[in-house]
Amino acid sequence: MENYLVAMAVFAGLYGLMALGLNVIWGMTGMINLGLVGFMAVGAYTSALLTVRHAHWPMWAGVIAATIVSGIAGAVVARITARLKGDYLAIVTLGFSEVVRLVASNEIRFTNGTDGISAIPGPFRGEVAPATFNLIYLGIVAAALLVVYLLCQRLRHSPYGRVLRAIRDDDQVTSVAGKPVLRFKTEAFAIGAAITGFAGALYGHYNAYIAPEGFVPLITIYIVLSLTAGGTGTNAGAVVGAALVVAFMEGTRFVVAEIPGLAAVQVAAVREFMIAALLILVLRYRPQGLFPERHARHATPDTTP
Amino acid sequence: MMALLSVRGLARSYYGVRAIAGLDLDVSGGTITGLIGPNGAGKTTAFNVISGLVPPDAGTVTFDGTDITGFRPDQITRRGLVRTFQIARGFPRLSVLENLMLYGARQPGESLPVALFGAWAAREDELRERAMATARRLNLLRVANNAASDLSGGQKKLLEIGRALMTDPRMIMLDEPIAGVNPTLSAQIGEHLLTLRDEGITFLIIEHHMDAIARLCDPVIVMAEGRKLTEGPFSAIAADHAVQEAYMGRRAGHLAAATP
Repeated sequence: MENYLVAMAVFAGLYGLMALGLNVIWGMTGMINLGLVGFMAVGAYTSALLTVRHAHWPMWAGVIAATIVSGIAGAVVARITARLKGDYLAIVTLGFSEVVRLVASNEIRFTNGTDGISAIPGPFRGEVAPATFNLIYLGIVAAALLVVYLLCQRLRHSPYGRVLRAIRDDDQVTSVAGKPVLRFKTEAFAIGAAITGFAGALYGHYNAYIAPEGFVPLITIYIVLSLTAGGTGTNAGAVVGAALVVAFMEGTRFVVAEIPGLAAVQVAAVREFMIAALLILVLRYRPQGLFPERHARHATPDTTP
Repeated sequence: MMALLSVRGLARSYYGVRAIAGLDLDVSGGTITGLIGPNGAGKTTAFNVISGLVPPDAGTVTFDGTDITGFRPDQITRRGLVRTFQIARGFPRLSVLENLMLYGARQPGESLPVALFGAWAAREDELRERAMATARRLNLLRVANNAASDLSGGQKKLLEIGRALMTDPRMIMLDEPIAGVNPTLSAQIGEHLLTLRDEGITFLIIEHHMDAIARLCDPVIVMAEGRKLTEGPFSAIAADHAVQEAYMGRRAGHLAAATP
């Protein structure tokens, strides 16, 4: 049970990272991205291919390469979709993630296809007991989450973050305000994609095995749910929301087990149903999330309250 | 004297409808130039093309001696020509102060590496002070920390002007700065514009409110059917038969001419 809880904490941290990535793209800049899992896959595959399948780079180098490659992929997608907004952007990004998954399934010589890549190295795996490995990895993920969170906080409260939030409200007026909007959109998309790819690489090294079926659009929906529940636009919301969603998803496992007379397939369906119901309830009763966005206040001189 | 803003042969169609068709106009530095004309004359399209939001089909826009045709809106704003919007558009989820500070030029913290790892606090403090001063000047200091969406219609118009001022402009194009504002506030806005003109800012103003045009604008340019119809001081424009026709419709005129 302890091992299980630690593993769930690792997953909560990974979801938290991806929710932070989505928060830069969608929460701050307002660009819908339903292809998040595609960047996670790009990151996971980049690191796995470089550390075990095609080369034997050290893990840290694989993870850095994964972050860079996903960021570049994000910049490319942002440029291609530069003229799209709303539903159109949603469908194209969703298509992107499916393309990544299908390429991973079919370029067998390159990615080993649907068999996936196994024996991805993990830090000290095999040298220490599995429980210790889990704890070490939890420490790594927690540290990564903290660093990324602090960087995202700094970004959000900088003039850069102000421009991103302005683009979210009206990109034409932002352009008239003197800001090169396309540059900001491209960079924001690249940052979010890089963070997500970084999380994907960490996922691969933790799980030791990745396969295309692990990168289905449902993962994107979980991340969107995390950010929505936590509070779109706030970094704390992204992290807490991810923890809550992972806790809820795992919690349903135990709840559903108590319902008598369900076949295994039905159990899975009921769990998905409960998660969908949660999303609807959040959107209905707390659309602003647990940590609603607030803007900074400054003392104004010469005025009576 | 050379005009500060000079437009030649500007044309733009939307799906075959010619919104502006060969527009020529000049705005001299130091003036508040009015731009009037009946609905559909192409005034807002002219603004959109001049400010770079919409590319022209033909023609040139010259600002301060530089051909700025085809420039992006941010490049045009950085050259000192900024515009506002007709329906107070903007950033409802940013505070009034953030709205103002956003428009500040030369912000090192808008570069990604500097935002994350560099020093931008000094310029930010400077900008905040400037934004406070602008807010005070426009009577917005009391609501400086409110979200822009909380402002009244008149306050939103003031914020539009304030934001434009934050770019250190040489010229501001205002799209209906006083439409729908109560008389007291509209008089205040007028006073602000006159003061700013005396401080050296040139204005081109679209407005339907004829009293305000008469009080503030000289010269006044009249547009009709995508072109400049005439130009002159308000008194001459008001007496111009062709202008009355453009507003009232030509059919009555034709009928009158046809009847012996």
